[in-house]
Amino acid sequence: MFTRFANPARFDQIARTCLPWLWAVAAMAIGCGLVDALLLSPPDYQQSETVRIMYVHVPSAWLAMGLYSACALSGLMLVVWKHTMADMLLRAIIPVGAVATALCLVTGMLWGQPMWGTWWVWDARLTSVLVLLFQYLGLLALLDAFDRPEQGSMAAGWLAVIGVINIPIIKYSVLWWATLHQPDSLSSIKRVADPAMPPEMIRPLLLMALGLTCLSAAIVLVRTRTEVLRRKLQNKSIPILNAEHN
Amino acid sequence: MFETLAQFLHMDGYGLYVWGSYVLAGLAYGGLVWHTVSRHKAIQKNIQAP
Repeated sequence: MFTRFANPARFDQIARTCLPWLWAVAAMAIGCGLVDALLLSPPDYQQSETVRIMYVHVPSAWLAMGLYSACALSGLMLVVWKHTMADMLLRAIIPVGAVATALCLVTGMLWGQPMWGTWWVWDARLTSVLVLLFQYLGLLALLDAFDRPEQGSMAAGWLAVIGVINIPIIKYSVLWWATLHQPDSLSSIKRVADPAMPPEMIRPLLLMALGLTCLSAAIVLVRTRTEVLRRKLQNKSIPILNAEHN
Repeated sequence: MFETLAQFLHMDGYGLYVWGSYVLAGLAYGGLVWHTVSRHKAIQKNIQAP
């Protein structure tokens, strides 16, 4: 099935259909989410107004982990089937995931300073997310570390697959170790149905999560299309370069 | 009206942290969108060139 959709021409067709919808849903969900997060939702009885940071921090954390899982899947398809589309997807996802992870860490620090009295603690959750950021940066570095780009892609593919071990560590770190970071409020379907948060707080959180997910998906699709075009351009210019050499 | 706006910006003393988070998020995603779209347009222009 993957091979059927992994054709660059078919991918372009699917991306062209999906992109306007993704941009539109992202704009609407982020617009409504911002109004809800900053104006309509109430302050928390313990965290006061700082709870509003959660509406950016939590979706960024979900995206950081989700995008890494997508990287690992693309990496697996690349190392097993050596498919060009998987390589292009991997290259498109990594910078978006790195931005989401950095944003998750920085907004977490901005919440930690007023609530915990410190910008940073070396607890399991914070440290494992910092490791995830280093993994993304490592992948970015590996992609361009070789003379032949396909070698860089294969190395990044292997690293993405091996590094996926960090995702369950991040997810369950708050349960496996005693951490300053609180456990997840919406950790499973059961918790979504019976959450530890009032609906006025879940609404902006889910709206922002939907908006940022659609925005990230749109960015990944555009970056993949750019990579397809870049390779087309490279193939087009090679005969000209050869002719110039002759 | 100015009092309400000042109160809203002040965020009970946590304004710097809350607004800082949203401004950073805007800059991060805004920068990513700008970089992605401008790079796509530049390559599209190159590929259309004879």
